Amino acid sequence: MHEWALADAVIQTAVEVAQRESLKKITSIKMSLGELQEIEREFFDTALNELMKTHGDLFSKTKINIKTIKTRFKCRACGHQWKLSDTEKTLDEETRESIHFIPEVAHVFIRCPKCKSPDFDIVEGRGIGIDSIVGEK
Amino acid sequence: MKDPRLSVIEKRLKNIGKIIAVSGGKGGIGKSVTSSLLSLALSKKGYNVGLLDLDLTSPSDHVVLGIKDVAPTEKEGIIPPTVNGVQFMSVVFYTNENPTPLRGEEVSNAIKEILCITRWNNLDFLIIDMPPGIGDELFDTIELFQGAEFLLLSTSSKIVFETVKKLLLLLQELNVPILGIVENMKHYDNGYIKNMCKKHHAPFLGEIWFDKNFENAVGNINKIMDTQLFKDIDGVAENIV
Ligand SMILES: Nc1ncnc2c1ncn2[C@@H]1O[C@H](COP(=O)(O)OP(=O)(O)OP(=O)(O)O)[C@@H](O)[C@H]1O
Ligand SMILES: [Mg+2]
Ligand SMILES: [Zn+2]
Repeated sequence: MHEWALADAVIQTAVEVAQRESLKKITSIKMSLGELQEIEREFFDTALNELMKTHGDLFSKTKINIKTIKTRFKCRACGHQWKLSDTEKTLDEETRESIHFIPEVAHVFIRCPKCKSPDFDIVEGRGIGIDSIVGEK
Repeated sequence: MKDPRLSVIEKRLKNIGKIIAVSGGKGGIGKSVTSSLLSLALSKKGYNVGLLDLDLTSPSDHVVLGIKDVAPTEKEGIIPPTVNGVQFMSVVFYTNENPTPLRGEEVSNAIKEILCITRWNNLDFLIIDMPPGIGDELFDTIELFQGAEFLLLSTSSKIVFETVKKLLLLLQELNVPILGIVENMKHYDNGYIKNMCKKHHAPFLGEIWFDKNFENAVGNINKIMDTQLFKDIDGVAENIV
């Protein structure tokens, strides 16, 4: 359950925002999860809820909005663009597990479907990102 | 918005006494051997030690120490396995020794991910095996491992020290703590590195003689601990504790 560590990062970031802006309550956290990292939503949500409870009232009325971003790759060699679903079939369970921990490991196991180059960018949908954190004073 | 991973890295590292980044700028001067054996030597002295192989494209500490058939466990993050008394983390657990082609920015991203999810024991020392070069990983290490002290390796050669010196001057300019310089692969005594240490106000931490028998011991802890190389590194460890 390494989802806990990532949820911890999100909550910690919100706590820092609250301290910096002297917020009494965090009302909203908007964030995105990249498809590539395959975060187990049930674990992640549980971890967020557990972690929020450890900060008194700060998160007592926080609305969390999470959207999942489809992963897009772009080859640096030939310019071809593709989606994770285009190459996914070639990845076994163990490989996906490795990418789940460190998304960059995709470069070990994924190749450009057109020219077979390992030199591609993960354009979007890599991992965890925070879009906004809002609160009240 | 800020990368959320950066908010927890400090917390992940807070139970670590001293972080030592083994570097030198140059490739092939013994960073991996020194990091691996130094962690072993400190552990044998009774300290709690971690070893982090930060050379993501060419990890080699697992080869030096013969670490195989172990993996991190998952618990509120990942907990690196402890092998021969040293808690060991490497990207090799996820790449399975396959080629790992990464551009600089991806290396940085992967380093942040590893630091965000890795949960170390309470450690007296964390030894970081740095990749060669004065680039991405160096800056990431300086920024992400606040307070890390640099141990620089050089050989006795003026040519090699020329690069080590550039790294030394850069670290001094950035006010990064320098633990000192170790002279490795020594096969003659010219006093050059000792003099350079004096000249550049860096502590001289010891010397490691070239050990032609070391290759036979690679991957075997018992054989490693019998080598002259290990004894020399143990001497360096004495100067650190
Ligand atoms: N004192 C020594 N005596 C004998 N062999 C040594 C000594 N120090 C290092 N070596 C050998 O030199 C080679 C390079 O060492 P090592 O891989 O530790 O260097 P490195 O600085 O980590 O290289 P890289 O820059 O590629 O990461 C290895 O084969 C290692 O066993
Ligand atoms: Mg090395
Ligand atoms: Zn291509």
